[in-house]
Amino acid sequence: MSATQTPPEADAGAAHDHHPTPRDYIRIAAVLFVLTAMEVSTYFFEFGGLAVPMLVVLMAIKFALVAGWFMHLRFDTKVYTRFLYGGLSLAIVLYVVMHLLFAFDHAPRV
Amino acid sequence: MTAGVHDTTLGLDHRKLAMWTFLGSEFLFFGAFIAGYLLYLDETAAGPGVEIFDIPFTSISSFVLLMSSLTMVLAHNAHVHGDMRRMRLWILATAGQGMVFLGGQVYEFSVFVREGLVLTESPFASSFFVLTGFHGAHVFIGILLLMSLYSLSLTGKVKASQPLKTEMIGLYWHFVDIIWVVIFTVVYLIPEIMA
Repeated sequence: MSATQTPPEADAGAAHDHHPTPRDYIRIAAVLFVLTAMEVSTYFFEFGGLAVPMLVVLMAIKFALVAGWFMHLRFDTKVYTRFLYGGLSLAIVLYVVMHLLFAFDHAPRV
Repeated sequence: MTAGVHDTTLGLDHRKLAMWTFLGSEFLFFGAFIAGYLLYLDETAAGPGVEIFDIPFTSISSFVLLMSSLTMVLAHNAHVHGDMRRMRLWILATAGQGMVFLGGQVYEFSVFVREGLVLTESPFASSFFVLTGFHGAHVFIGILLLMSLYSLSLTGKVKASQPLKTEMIGLYWHFVDIIWVVIFTVVYLIPEIMA
């Protein structure tokens, strides 16, 4: 464990012993590359009603891969994960509240 | 823990905790702009709308930014193992990819302006430029941080025993990448497909 990482006693059982190697990172980058190519394919090929759900799922997988592996959330204390997904949850709540507000009081029309 | 490491009452390094708190708050910052963009998506004031987007071009920019996250994490890995020469190499590669992404954004904006999509054209244009412009500003700050790290490691002010410094800048850089993952799908791809 490096000096920068959280000691095991900070969150018992949260940190994994296994730490990724450069080879792991390259594998993850390759997966991200393929997922992005799949996203872009929705622009060139017709997926009908599946396109939007597929894009949302691909986006979520890419998000989780970058946060989990590149930002080391999989191997670090769960407190940091809560900060990240707490902020994300609040942002989603903000979006829903704004939509509800605009549903009752339409956005200014130009 | 050594005396040199600053802990919070949670037993975590307070600098890293501060960075995660900052990144959590940044979600609200970008969440507000993304929500505003989606709400004003159709408010084009008879001007250009999402059809103006050049998805193949933006896709290449997205690939570049995504791969910059790989070089960033490799820089951190090299620093953890005390390989400062390799760490600097990956830092330069990350900053270079960030510059390519920013150059692409400047080019994209200039094309949009030539085609009549300017900041004050419509609510759609304003929300688009503010959102993607702020993201670009974050990338620019990230490049400055990376170049500072590079210079400081060259002059010996960032030592092999201080990988937290690379990790902190890496967290910021990956966050900027993660936000682009969302922007690319929600701002570019989904509206373009639904148009």
